[in-house]
Amino acid sequence: MNVLDEGIGPLFMDPDPDKAREFFRQKSRAMVDKRMSAKEAVERFIHDGDYFATGGFGANRIPTAICHEVLRQGRKHLGYLGHTTTHDFELMCAGKCFDRLDAAYIVGLEARGLSPNARRYMQSGEVQVADWSNYAVAARLRAAGEGVSYGLTRSMLGTDTFKHSAAKVVECPFTGKKYAAVPAIWPDVAAIHVHYADMYGDSVIRGISIADYELARAAKHLIITTERIVDDSVIRDDPTATAIPFYLVDAVVEVPYGSYPGNMPYLYFSDEEHLAEWLRVEKDEAEFAKFLDRYIYGVSSFEEYIELCGGQERMEQLRKIENLVRE
Amino acid sequence: MASDYNMMEMMISVAARFLEDGKSVAVGTGAPCAAAMLAQKTHAPDLVVIFEAGGVAPQLPEMPISVGDSRTFYRGVMAAGMVDAMTTCARGQVDYAFLGGAQIDKYGNINSTCIGDYQKPKVRFPGSGGANDFASFCWKTMIMTVHSKSRFVETCDFITSPGFLTGEGAREAAGLPEGGPYKIITDLCVMGFHEETKAMMIESLHPGVEVDKVRSETGFELIVPDEIGVTSPPSAEELRLLRDEVDPLRLVIGRA
Repeated sequence: MNVLDEGIGPLFMDPDPDKAREFFRQKSRAMVDKRMSAKEAVERFIHDGDYFATGGFGANRIPTAICHEVLRQGRKHLGYLGHTTTHDFELMCAGKCFDRLDAAYIVGLEARGLSPNARRYMQSGEVQVADWSNYAVAARLRAAGEGVSYGLTRSMLGTDTFKHSAAKVVECPFTGKKYAAVPAIWPDVAAIHVHYADMYGDSVIRGISIADYELARAAKHLIITTERIVDDSVIRDDPTATAIPFYLVDAVVEVPYGSYPGNMPYLYFSDEEHLAEWLRVEKDEAEFAKFLDRYIYGVSSFEEYIELCGGQERMEQLRKIENLVRE
Repeated sequence: MASDYNMMEMMISVAARFLEDGKSVAVGTGAPCAAAMLAQKTHAPDLVVIFEAGGVAPQLPEMPISVGDSRTFYRGVMAAGMVDAMTTCARGQVDYAFLGGAQIDKYGNINSTCIGDYQKPKVRFPGSGGANDFASFCWKTMIMTVHSKSRFVETCDFITSPGFLTGEGAREAAGLPEGGPYKIITDLCVMGFHEETKAMMIESLHPGVEVDKVRSETGFELIVPDEIGVTSPPSAEELRLLRDEVDPLRLVIGRA
């Protein structure tokens, strides 16, 4: 196959499918109880220097409890997959947890504005970056899950997004058309928040799956946080609903309101006041440090954080907003 | 005709009129979403709205705050994922997409990545998100933006998403599918692209706007045809729908 052009961006992860297959060959298929705390899951499966990815979409169905724990445990030098990351990206920047980044959507919180602290971190020059489009990243994950070394897309061509990626332009052996070949990526570890799961990790997502179907199949280790743990029979009664089977999963962490302050479809809407507070306090570094101490470093668990943010009363308000209940 | 409209209402109304019934559109939050909702409530009830995170054909109860929040698939026909949304665009089933950016050049290329040096940027923006994919895959892309010299630039610091790249034939040479920028809707005018050179040209000026004003707010040489139309302002019905039904909280249109 002719390689016609290549991006100059860094390639952080080895796209060799046989190395990945060897890893997955060794990964346990045992149907065992994988329940543990967020603290234990991060201690066991996220190490300094690992390449980390978060599921969901910015402030929708994100694994907030795992992100907080990554900060509390002081993880550093992570690689990070910025695949429409917004509040999760804010969190990872707050702890300066990563120094290698594949960026598709970073720094911003969509209609809410840009994160001042994430911008400071990204403008510091401390982070090695490659840029991609959202679909390119999804195609990289999908290729990984398929056990092949690259995916193809006709996007990114002709742009600086391509130039600053690690993609290559290749010629189709059938038609002669040009494609961007995007390297498969097997993150060392990913965290995905779901609606319910059994203790083995069989997981159900309601609403849009975003790129979590692909991410779950690409990540070498997978931490599931779940609104609730259900009996295995609930899964077996309706196996069509299962998005992620147990053999992909390493840890199952029960975290009610685990996407907070993000949205969790059908359960609670995003806490726009709290997200606005983040953007406000980030403007002043000293104030932001105090804010982080209060909400993350100074608490021992996600439950404490939820209490600090208004507890059950606030969660009930967010449930009503989600369900369009007007008062 | 109502005279008390603001520029956001003008831009949204104009954008909505370009969306044909029975076609499909990939939208973001804010003004593009408002334009799609207004089109559905006026001439295009069968306009299919698709969100990049996987929401398909929702009956939007209100303006989403994220292109992945639960409003984006509220009473939709499918809650899919990003691969499904983007491959629908890639195989040619999405007609329109709305894009935005910090800089736009005369070929409709867009910068939403950074200002200054890439490695240590003066300002880092979000990057592509789904924009590069939409700009590559969708048949006709549109931009709604405020018209200013700092935004309409001779050369983008970084081309995040493709317009016509360097002009005629450049998309094809790069390997991009047919498609590209269709309309640029600003607070001063509506612009399109020259059929051959693919450079930006004025199509219509908003009521009361002179060509010189547009020129002075544009950082490159715009094509100014001999005959330029006047943009129709929002009708009373468009304004009523926008204010009462599309955006009753006035999150996007503000207070007129």
